[in-house]
Amino acid sequence: MNFLKTIVAAGLVAATTTTAFAADITGAGSTFIFPVLSKWADAYKKESGNGVNYQSIGSGAGIKQIQAKTVTFGATDAPLKADQLQKDGFAQWPMVMGGIVPVVNIEGIKAGEIVLDGATLADIFVGKITKWDDAAIKKLNPNAKLPSEAISVVHRADGSGTTFNFTNYLSKTSADWKSKVGEGTAVEWPVGVGAKGNEGVAGNIAQTKNSIGYVEYAYAKQNKLTYTKMVNKAGKTVDATNEAFQAAASNADWTSAPGYYLILTDQPGDKSWPIVATTFVLMHKEAVDKAASQEALKFFKFAFEKGAKSAEELDYIPMPDNVVKLIEKTWSADIKS
Amino acid sequence: MAVQSDVIDDAGPYDRAKALSAFKLGDVTFYWITRLSAISVLLILGGIIISLIIGAVPAMKEYGFAFLWTQRWAPSADPPVLGALGPMYGTLVTSFIAMLIAIPVGIGIAIFLTELCPQWLRRPIGMAVELLAGIPSIIYGMWGFFVLGPFLANTFQPFMIKIFDGIPVLGAIFAGPPSYLSLFNAALILAIMVLPFITSISVDVFKTVPPVLKEAAYGVGCTTWEVVRSVVIPYTRVGIIGGVMLALGRALGETMAVTFIIGNSFRISSSIFAPGTTISAAIASEFAESDGLHQSGLILLGLLLFVLTFFVLAGARLMLLRLEKKAGK
Repeated sequence: MNFLKTIVAAGLVAATTTTAFAADITGAGSTFIFPVLSKWADAYKKESGNGVNYQSIGSGAGIKQIQAKTVTFGATDAPLKADQLQKDGFAQWPMVMGGIVPVVNIEGIKAGEIVLDGATLADIFVGKITKWDDAAIKKLNPNAKLPSEAISVVHRADGSGTTFNFTNYLSKTSADWKSKVGEGTAVEWPVGVGAKGNEGVAGNIAQTKNSIGYVEYAYAKQNKLTYTKMVNKAGKTVDATNEAFQAAASNADWTSAPGYYLILTDQPGDKSWPIVATTFVLMHKEAVDKAASQEALKFFKFAFEKGAKSAEELDYIPMPDNVVKLIEKTWSADIKS
Repeated sequence: MAVQSDVIDDAGPYDRAKALSAFKLGDVTFYWITRLSAISVLLILGGIIISLIIGAVPAMKEYGFAFLWTQRWAPSADPPVLGALGPMYGTLVTSFIAMLIAIPVGIGIAIFLTELCPQWLRRPIGMAVELLAGIPSIIYGMWGFFVLGPFLANTFQPFMIKIFDGIPVLGAIFAGPPSYLSLFNAALILAIMVLPFITSISVDVFKTVPPVLKEAAYGVGCTTWEVVRSVVIPYTRVGIIGGVMLALGRALGETMAVTFIIGNSFRISSSIFAPGTTISAAIASEFAESDGLHQSGLILLGLLLFVLTFFVLAGARLMLLRLEKKAGK
């Protein structure tokens, strides 16, 4: 009997000590943020010894997981509105940004050689413009040699935050798009084929001649795809560069957005790239596991303070300093420990 | 010897009864274990159906039977408009074309392997067929995407479009423009994927034909073709159809490879060279990011696939029964 007691006692000790050490943070959601988040988590593990276990299962699923309280934080590319945050008792803040670029595969056209604007892009994706030498495209690109070939449209097949931000932009720039298709993580695409994931769209564009699609900037760059320039809200032509993505973010007015509900598409400013996506983090204001919640905040603080460089290396845009200060204030005000 | 007789002496009538009851207990346990295993299948299946129905109730209430013939799939509309016609059409068309290709080819391979193939070639071909079954479906998808798709779009489809251009019905079925991602591409990949099911089961059942039957047929002067047609296939019909059913089940439900190459478009086009989608592909792509009515609609799609598979398989069973009656069994 003594022997049994020892085993039980040992088991209890082991159980309590493992819970004491198990400050591992769990998160789930956006696939967009996954590459940079795993890099941050790696650095954080080295510094603090605590791991971050993040599952990139998609924004919608991330929201569901945090609602069900199975994870410490959720990540979504489409922010929740203030009343929804209120209802669920969530705190929300933007974590990192990235540009979304239209990519094309036209023989003889190199990256940045053709220009598109929101209305034309919407007309292509709605099926109104069907050939590359359409008058509307020619007008924007008087010097480019555009073939008289049918445009193959490629879009995301899976529900995604990238699609949400892209369709949000098209809705803002084309009344036709807004009434016919609208915005969402999955929409009723009038034309084209659907591919799975950013890598699927990138692969499709690379293979299909005379095609057009949209991907995150990092995928376009890594796959050496031909991305286009865009005409922004101010009417200026901008190139897809980190400065242009950052310009959109710094021109955004985060202070007067309740719950940081702000979608960075079609932002004002001469240098702003028109389609910028933000990934938002969601946490319970009153967490079930307060220790894990505090640990997660420490991790995010670390990411804001020391993770900017690794974000830039992966072609993400870190949040500007003034926004970070604002977010840290939100933490101390909203999240109870 | 002495030891043995001792044991026999010790084993009185009491022990005998004990041993017998132990056997009986073993039998009863065995009976119940197997029975419970069999019943667990029903329980699991029932559980799946019930949870699908519960998940699908909101969509059923919202759309009713119109879900079946609505072609629009607009999850972002307000309120969402969802209809299953597109994915149902894609599921049936791709499976139908896949079976159209896979049944003759699969049975052909099986006949060659058992009746005509020289001994030394049997193992390599047999192993190659079985290897086909072992390839993960994502590999089929990638192969379809990077190799088969471009070949079809650049070579095969333009050729077919040219041949059938202007012919009433066929012209519409093979209408252009050619595309890497299409119903036809997906159907072809499905055909390759289900081939091993048909072939290996056919090979197995062909081997069960008693040699004496075949020898008798050869004896009265039948050719190999006549033996296969009039002896082997009628004798093994039930087994072949079983293999075909397994293959059809796989074709109806295959997800990963299909999602890669079908184009994931909910529009219905008369052309098989146009992109489409299947029920399982639609669920796989949209489920993670869906919520509310949209998610319920996807679950309803899953329920539909369940029902669809059930009816297709039940229909096949019925057909089998008729055939057997005709054959006088």
